Order: sequence, then structure tokens, then C-alpha cells
Amino acid sequence: MATQHSRSAARLMMAPAVVLLLGWMLIPLTMTLYFSFKKYLPMRGGDLGWVGFDNYVRFVTSSAFWPSVMTTLIIVGGVLAITVGLGILLAILLNQPMWGQGFVRILVIAPFFVMPTVSALVWKNMFMDPNYGLFAHLWEFFGATPVQWMSQASLSSIVIIVSWQWLPFATLILLTAIQSLDREQLDAAEMDGAPATKRFAYITLPHLGRAITVVILIQTIFLLSIFAEIFVTTGGAFGTKTLTYLIFQRVLESQNIGLGSAGGVYAIILANIVAIFLMRIVGKNLDA
Amino acid sequence: MARAVTRQRKIVNTALAWGIGFLIFFPILWTILTSFKTEAQAIADPPIFLGFNWTLANYEAVLERSNYGRFLWNSIIIAGGSTVLGILIAVPAAWSMAFVPGKRTKDILLWMLSTKMLPAVGVLYPIYLLCIQFGVLDSKIALVIILMLINLPIIVWMLYTYFREIPGEILEAARMDGASLREEVLYVLTPMAIPGIASTLLLNFILAWNEAFWTLNLTAAKAAPLTAFIASYSSPEGLFYAKLSAASTMAIAPILILGWFSQKQLVSGLTFGAVK
Amino acid sequence: MGQIKLNQVSKSFGDVEVIPPLDLTIEDGEFTVFVGPSGCGKSTLLRLIAGLEDITSGHIDIDGTDATHVPPAKRGLAMVFQSYALYPHMSVRKNIAFPMKMAGVPAEEQQRRIEAAAKALNLTDYLDRRPGQLSGGQRQRVAIGRAIVREPSAFLFDEPLSNLDAALRVGMRLEISELHKRLATTMIYVTHDQVEAMTMADKIVVLRAGYIEQVGTPLELYYKPRNEFVAGFIGSPKMNLIKGPEAEARGAPTIGIRPEHFDVSTTEGAWEGTIGVAEHLGSDTFLHIHGVAGCDPMTVRVDGELSVKHGDRIFLTPQADKLHRFDAQGLRVE
Repeated sequence: MATQHSRSAARLMMAPAVVLLLGWMLIPLTMTLYFSFKKYLPMRGGDLGWVGFDNYVRFVTSSAFWPSVMTTLIIVGGVLAITVGLGILLAILLNQPMWGQGFVRILVIAPFFVMPTVSALVWKNMFMDPNYGLFAHLWEFFGATPVQWMSQASLSSIVIIVSWQWLPFATLILLTAIQSLDREQLDAAEMDGAPATKRFAYITLPHLGRAITVVILIQTIFLLSIFAEIFVTTGGAFGTKTLTYLIFQRVLESQNIGLGSAGGVYAIILANIVAIFLMRIVGKNLDA
Repeated sequence: MARAVTRQRKIVNTALAWGIGFLIFFPILWTILTSFKTEAQAIADPPIFLGFNWTLANYEAVLERSNYGRFLWNSIIIAGGSTVLGILIAVPAAWSMAFVPGKRTKDILLWMLSTKMLPAVGVLYPIYLLCIQFGVLDSKIALVIILMLINLPIIVWMLYTYFREIPGEILEAARMDGASLREEVLYVLTPMAIPGIASTLLLNFILAWNEAFWTLNLTAAKAAPLTAFIASYSSPEGLFYAKLSAASTMAIAPILILGWFSQKQLVSGLTFGAVK
Repeated sequence: MGQIKLNQVSKSFGDVEVIPPLDLTIEDGEFTVFVGPSGCGKSTLLRLIAGLEDITSGHIDIDGTDATHVPPAKRGLAMVFQSYALYPHMSVRKNIAFPMKMAGVPAEEQQRRIEAAAKALNLTDYLDRRPGQLSGGQRQRVAIGRAIVREPSAFLFDEPLSNLDAALRVGMRLEISELHKRLATTMIYVTHDQVEAMTMADKIVVLRAGYIEQVGTPLELYYKPRNEFVAGFIGSPKMNLIKGPEAEARGAPTIGIRPEHFDVSTTEGAWEGTIGVAEHLGSDTFLHIHGVAGCDPMTVRVDGELSVKHGDRIFLTPQADKLHRFDAQGLRVE
């Protein structure tokens, strides 16, 4: 169904979305690039001229840079490992015959819909507070000393909070993928004499491969830019400063726009590397 | 089902799944319960689960302390406005891509997706600057536009995925039956796509409602939505678990309910159709 | 009125020419069937006539006026799609009314035509149902009803029966044929099923890879296929094509003989072979015979009462006046 008439109509109807997104992408990006080559301190003299790649070098050589990269990697890696691992197990469990499956689904998916600021605050205060948090009571109950979560185990705390938020997403996607597995394939494998573990390893897991990749890539994109969870818990203290948070601090707290913009360019490059892989997978799906 | 499952196994599965489901849901449940306790009961040692005197005092206190209504209103306007605006722009675009695919359709779709991956922090300052330039810092209109733009790729994708499932022959039939392009979209496509459009609306409303980077950074007193309302409770000024819980419950309750309705669409929506 | 004339019409998708320039005239009131294997361009040709695709070159005349650039809605044609393409959110009544609503037909007239169509198609009791609540055959009738009420100058059918099961297909085939007799309107019907083509058509157009292989009445195609492709495509079971010495002995590089044109004997004949599979249909039996004249298996149609089985020896004599001869290029020689 493609006549000249419908094609030109189509172009016209696509235009607003394309133009808006093009603007949204190009204008701020150009500005960020522009600032990244300048010494620009709005509170302390404003535009102080071109500095070449100075900001890029300074951003990378600052003492905060590598720790922030490490922190980012730990959070992203930790959350991915927990959500994908538990997600697979949970998806398999939920795929088993049981009573009230729909109800369990509703329980499991709920955290995804909770505002990041809310979940961070609830966890920080009501669970991880060393004096009044539920965990403190639990530890005391077993005779252990309550953990100072936010200061002593700050990174783990954030990983736990973020994992709780993203586990539903991973579970739901993996469950959907498992449910699309052709029942006859498993039956055939069983007829061929494959025991349950082998059926899982040779049929279910490969079938989940793509879903797992999609979960990892999409979560990575969101996790690279988590913000609210850190903002309301530690505020970047106690070694929880991610790359995103570091840039945020450079831009808004220390008002060093040039430096922050250079960091932003790094973040954009990082996100694009992940994005390229995601595009490939989604793109392949488009042909199918 | 080809196979009889033993009753025992089903009981074990059910118990396990309900147990884990309860654990995952527990923080939300605990928050809701705590919101009905007194502050003293909220921090009681050992913790009280159900045996407390239910009270609405915290809700009253929260409503008194801050203008909850205004935050709520801002959230509704920002999330609703950005979603509706996004749908209006995305429906024609998705129609074009689904029914008149060209050589570059796929590239355009993927490119749209790639704008979604632009890390917000990378362009925070330029946007901040632009908002000041246009005098829209701390205004709802700025957030409506920004959240519309960051969610537009998802909206286009979701609608595209739904539209692609509508057989092209039906639209061709309408064309043969004498419908103009406008009539085709109005009388045939839109009514058929209503379920898809509704779930797109729902999911994007949720995403916009919960968005916390731009809403925290670009608002102050006037346009702050519920994300900021909650964030204001992060400064430690004494013990107020019950009030925090009440505020939290008020912030998440509407969206949690909407979320449960849209959970089915969540998968194909957020994976851009890569997992169905 | 409903004469459709294609002049040097061609269609390319990008660099791929799916339909090379062709000429074709469909006379008013004629039931024309486009038939060919999948991918032969028959559906594309129909869509070009409908106006759902632009033609790359040439022009289309409908009733003597150039319709090349007329949008589909204005061509006065009605189409029945393979998937029926009913509007799922509308009742049967509204589905049928839709084209009239678009054309601004007055309400009473709409009502009258809906009632008439529903009566003719046995849909009166279903007018207030949704398409989802109907069976395949009923949906098919609704699609036809939607086409009829427009009172088009020609009907276009795109493989309308391929989604029905075998029994329904035969019934619908008859209904469509009867509809044609009653309305006497031009119909163009696309199918890959040569049985549908043979049983319904006034005129068959055999297509392969975008080229028209032959145009003619069903019996012309059956008795005088222009080339080996048409010979093999029309008729069921397929014509046996024989190459080699047995063919040359009968004066052509390739000869063709239809399964029903053999004299069969268990004792004597021109060729001897062994029965591989015998398919008993009751009225007829199809024998697949090995070891005959370089055509393996040779398909032969015999009377259902002939008692033969796998492994039997059998003798065949082709009826000389029913032989088809083809030259080295596969074209018919008389």
C-alpha cells in the first residue's frame, strides 16, 4: 500500500516528530560541545574563553573521576547481576502452574511503579536506618550489631534499592519470553530423553538469550543515569558518586559548566556505546 | 496442558511464589501500614505490624505541612500534558511508519530510539540555560515539553508496534470504500487502535509521573511535582516515619493502581517490541 | 459498465521489475481469473487495477476513460480481500454501510441496499453482530455484501477463498459464480488454485513472473495450452511431460499427455510400467506409474472400479489425438 499520494502524506505526518526530536538532540548537544571547550564559570566571571581540550583532560585527571567510574560500574554491574539472576529464577517460578498467578504478578511488578524518590527514602529511613530501620531490628533480633547502611555499606545499599526497583522489570520481560517458548520444543526434548536440567540449559536458556540481552541493555541505559536514588540517600557522599552524579555536581553545585560539559560528552559517548548494541538487537527484530 | 501436575507440586509452587511476591511487595505494604500509625508506633521496638491504632493523623499533618494539592496538580498536569501532547505528535508519525514504510523508516525509528539514550546529565546545563532564556524555569510548560520529548521515542515505538498489528488490508478496504485519508484514520484506524493508544497513554503517564531528574533539577517552588514533594522529606529533621509514609503513599497510590492495569503493555512497550 | 483496459502497464519496486509492460482487456460483464503460482504478480496486478499501488508506466482505462491517476475510491471498483478486511469495531450492518456512508448515500437508500444484500447473502440474522462473532464463511459474505452495496462497475477478488476450509470453499465458489450470473458485473478474481480458475472463469489469464503466459477460456487453456508452463499448470492431476526418445518418436522434443488421456490395460499396450501408488478416490483412481517413457512417475487417471494395487504391472497407450507437442523452447506446435 504505497502510492505517491500516501507516501507524501506519510512524510508530512512524520515531520513534527522528526523535527522535534532532531531539535531536542542537536541543540543541547551542540551547546554541550560548545561549553566543553570553554572555561565557563557563571558565578565566577562567566565566559573566560576557549581552552581547547583542557576540560576533557581535567575531568579525566581529577581525583574524583576514576572513583566515579568505578562506582558507576559497581552499581550497574551489581544491579544487573542481581536483577537478571533473580529475574530468571523468579520468571521460571512464576511460569509454573500455581494458584493466583495473576495476583503474584501484581505483587512482583509493584516496585517498578514506585517513584524513585519514594523508594529511596523509604528504604533509607524505614529499612536501613541504623536505629529505627526494620533491618536494625532484624539484626538485633539475631544478636548482631545493626549495619550503618548509608555510611558503611553505602554502595551495597544503593545496589539493593535499585535492584528492588528493577527486579520487576527483568522478571516481567523474562517471564514473557519464557511464556513464548514453544511448549512442543520442551516436549520433544523430553521425548528425546533430556532431563529437566538439560532442557533448561539447552532449550530454555538459549531461548531467553535475546530477552536477557534486551534486559541488560535497557537497564544499563537507565542505570547509567540513575540520579534520584543517590540524590535523596547519600547525596553522593560515602563513595556513591557515579559519573552522572559527578557531572551533576560539577554543573549545578560547583557551577563549572565547561568541566561538567566535558563530563557530559564522556557520558554521552559511554551511553552511545551501549546504545549501539541495543540498536542492533532491536533493528534485527524490525526485519523479522 | 498435556501433563497432569501433581497437586503437591502446585502447592509448593504457590507457597513459594506467594512468599516471594509478598517479600518483594513488603516495602510498599510496610509504607502503607506505617502511614496509619502514630509516630511513636512507627518506630516502636519491636516493630508493630498490624496491632496498632489506625489513625489518619499523618495524612492530615502532611496535607497541612505542605501544599500536597499543588504538588499533585503539578504532577497531573506535567505527566498528563506531556503524555497527551506526545500522543498527538506520535500518532501520525507511527501511522506513517507502520503503514507506509519507506526505505528509511527503520533508520528513523532507530534514530528516535537513540535520542532516548542521550544521558540527561550530559545536556542538563544547556537545557537549564534555554529554560532561563525563555523564562520557563520552574514552570510546568517547560517540563511538559521536556518530558514529552524524552518519552516521544517510546510513544512512537509503542504505537508503531500496535499499529503494525493492524492488518494493512483493512485500511486498504477503507480506501477502496471511498474513505479519505482523514476518514480512514478517524473511522477505521483510531477505533481499532484504541486499546493500544490507551496502554501507551497509561505507560507514558507512569514514566512521566515518576521522572525524577528533570523534575528535580528544573523546578523550585512553583512547578514542583510529587517527586520533589517527596524529595523534600529527605533532609533529616527529626523522626517522621509515619508522615513520610503517608506522603509516600499519597505519591505512589494513584500510579501504582494505573501501573497494575498497564503491566501487560509494559513489556512490549519498554523493550520496543523486541520481547513480546 | 465495466470494461477495464491495461495499456503497457508495468510495475517496479525499486530496481525490481515485478510486472513488465503488458496489455490486457477485460470486457464488461466478464468473469476474469488471474491465476499463477505465488509470486507471479497476479495480486500486484489486481492492486494496480484497484489503485492501491501506483503503476510505474503505461495507463489503465476504465470504461474508456483514463483512470491511471484516479485514487482507488473514485474508480468505482469494489474489492474483497483475502483476509476479508472487515472493520472489527463495527457491526455487520455498519460494515456494509461504510462505503455508502463515505459516498453520502441517503439513509433510506442505505437501509434498502443493506436489507437486499443481507437477504441475498443469508446475513439477515447477523446484521447486528460484530465480525469477530462470525464464522469464516459468514465473514466472507459480509465482505462481499460490503462490495455489492456500492454497485461498483467491477468487483476485484484477491484470493477470497484461501482462508476457508475445503468444504466451505466449494460452496462459496458456487455462490460467487451465481452472484456473477445474477449481477452480470465485471469480476476480476485472483487465485493460485487452478480448480477455482477453471470452474469460475469466463476468461483465464495465466501469469508467471509478471508475464502473461496465456489468455483464454478454461477449455481453450485445457485443450490448447500455449506452452509447457500453462500445460503443466492447468488441469489436475498435472499433465505428464515426456522428453527423450519416446517424445521424438512422436515428432517433438517434448510431448505432453494428460492423465485422463490414456488407454489402460493389464495385458497389452505401448508402454509398460509398475504401479507405485494407487490413490483411490472412489469415482476415479490416480495411478503413479514407474518405469515408463522417461517420465517418472507417470500419472494416469483410470475408472474407480479398475482393481489394481501397488506393484502391479500395467500397460499404457497414449491417445494419439490428445497428445500435446512442444518445441525446444517449450512452445506448443500443432
